[in-house]
Amino acid sequence: MSEKTTTNTSFLNDAGNRAMLFQAVLLIAVVAVGYYLFHNLQANLENQGISTGFAFLNEPAGFPILIHLIEYTEANSYGRAFLVALINTILISLMGIILATVIGVVMGLARLSQNWLVARLATVYIETLRNIPLLLQMFFWYFAVLATLPHPRDSIIFGDFFLNKRGIYSPEPIAQDGFGVVIFGFLACVMAAIALVVWAKKRQKQTGVWFPAYWTSLAIIIVGTVVFYFLAGSPVEFDAPTKSRFNVTGGMVLVPEFVAVLVALSTYTGAFIAEIVRAGILSVNWGQTEASRSLGLPDGLTQRLIVLPQALRVIIPPLTSQYLNLAKNSSLGAAIAYPELVAVVMGTTLNQTGQAIETIGLCMLVYGSLSLSISVFMNWYNKKMSLIER
Amino acid sequence: MKSNVGKILTTAAVAATISTGAAAATLDDVKAKGFVQCGVSQGVPGFSNADDAGNWTGIDVDACRATAAAIFGDAQKVKFTPLSAKERFTALQSGEIDVLSRNTTWTYTRDTSLGLDFTTTNFYDGQGFMVRKDLGVSSAMELDGATVCTEQGTTTELNMADFFRKHQLSYVPVIVQKADEALAAYASGRCDVFTTDKSGLAAHRSKLSDPAAHVILPETISKEPLGPVVRHGDNQWKDIVTWALFVQINAEEMGISSKNVAKIKSESTDPGIRRLLGAEGNMGEALGLNADWAYNIIAEVGNYGEVFERNVGPNTPVGLPRGVNNLWTEGGVLYAPPVR
Repeated sequence: MSEKTTTNTSFLNDAGNRAMLFQAVLLIAVVAVGYYLFHNLQANLENQGISTGFAFLNEPAGFPILIHLIEYTEANSYGRAFLVALINTILISLMGIILATVIGVVMGLARLSQNWLVARLATVYIETLRNIPLLLQMFFWYFAVLATLPHPRDSIIFGDFFLNKRGIYSPEPIAQDGFGVVIFGFLACVMAAIALVVWAKKRQKQTGVWFPAYWTSLAIIIVGTVVFYFLAGSPVEFDAPTKSRFNVTGGMVLVPEFVAVLVALSTYTGAFIAEIVRAGILSVNWGQTEASRSLGLPDGLTQRLIVLPQALRVIIPPLTSQYLNLAKNSSLGAAIAYPELVAVVMGTTLNQTGQAIETIGLCMLVYGSLSLSISVFMNWYNKKMSLIER
Repeated sequence: MKSNVGKILTTAAVAATISTGAAAATLDDVKAKGFVQCGVSQGVPGFSNADDAGNWTGIDVDACRATAAAIFGDAQKVKFTPLSAKERFTALQSGEIDVLSRNTTWTYTRDTSLGLDFTTTNFYDGQGFMVRKDLGVSSAMELDGATVCTEQGTTTELNMADFFRKHQLSYVPVIVQKADEALAAYASGRCDVFTTDKSGLAAHRSKLSDPAAHVILPETISKEPLGPVVRHGDNQWKDIVTWALFVQINAEEMGISSKNVAKIKSESTDPGIRRLLGAEGNMGEALGLNADWAYNIIAEVGNYGEVFERNVGPNTPVGLPRGVNNLWTEGGVLYAPPVR
């Protein structure tokens, strides 16, 4: 205490200076250890004759990948294979997030339902699925459920659609000349729809007159695109699948690996989201609903304008965590042959090239960036939904 | 604070010295800890497989036991680490295991770019295809349009792709992380074909519910020389693992087995045999081992023929014929340099 008042304080006795000094020393230590580890790694790799670097990404991969949304053959490079796997990971994560949200919201609301049966069924669903390990659920869907479908020889057939244990086969639309017109027409309709929504909102603010803008714009997009499609002379042909000696070939196929991973991920995460949604809705005071009703708002509008915006503030932060979990859990798909990042890069590529540090580094970078992107988006959304104090 | 940083740096420096030092003399490390740490598979009957009591058996297991017998005179001084196909090389590189004996194919890339050395071949294999009998397929060339299941992280994946590309056949690849689940996918009908090394096919077929309903196609689409692997740069250790196998092959050629080795050692007048069994001179010294190193291998583990018959021979569930894995004098390709 008395030291503070003396004028003859040494440099190190000042709390602020001391803190700065410690920070600096710590920083130097961290950098030194980091540099040392990196240097050590390089030296050891060289000593053991393990080749390093990312040059392997340009080498031909030579292995096949079951699902590829972009053109890929065995002659393509490891870099291309990495890209294919990355797209597969993003595809399953995005579709999983959308489906899990739908399931979660429906189940969360169902658990709050006045109907005894609906509420109990939702409870059973939630408590069962979130208490069984995800990997086990994937094996269940893959080996127990989807494998019970018939053999390709005894496929279930609806017209040009085939269903068997190797997937659902459907005709593949192939764009012909003039398909550009349809795309152009579709984009024009979307723009018109956006303009309509903006106009309707503005008018409602000024005059209070309400207009069913969302339904109308949906109609514009669907009807408009169909009109353009026929104006351009139906520029799409269908390649129908046919039975061959071993399989059904041609057309488009939805393979069981994808279905099993998607179903397992979305039902598992959906169970957690359901609880988050329930908590969010229960966090909004009942008085809010009563007040809204006494103002004469119908039930639908009460939910949409009063309860949901307030519930979302509670829902979004834990929801973000669930989305991040889902994206990372998609790596379990490797266990049932879904060719995502871990399977293709840390499995096959790592084994064929032996570049452990590079491939694992790449995977960590991807999962890091994917998770950060989801976080950034959800934080932006959270800010948008948060209470604006006036 | 300053002294703490110093401590951290010193500790790190010491750790670095230890880790680089360890790579040099595996034999000293193994002698110090008293056992050989051996990387094996997670269960391939005949090659490396654990029974209910946790006892490991198989050709690959016996390669490690031979090394332990050479060093300690006791084939039981081995500890096993089950590894998946994709973990195996990292486990060896990092020093977690001393030798990798896990039906691993010797290839150019693996030998040159992984910091590893292949010792020698203890089983000559080749990749094949297994299909259901009721498909009526008699040749791999008829597999156009088939769905193929295989395990991930092996040479199998690439051989399969090369085969189908070379013959311009279309196929659907289903590549599963672990062999057991790949087999389960095949058994459930997800795939028409299961592919891996032919010895592996025979071993896996013995695990299916109705082995007789599946047939292995005649084509062999690749060369798969399987053998133990060690870290690059420790030549003494590589020599020990290599010569432990050569001794077993030489022993079979000379007619020495685990049953008669004691008798031969005391009675034989053949200088070649007396040198091998340590009755004359000290052949073990050059490897840093005792004079009776080879005697111990044969007495404890047996010669190559005994190992083969016991683990994968016609009288086992795997039921493989000797084929190319016979002595060069019997029409096979096993030809070990002499112990001289």
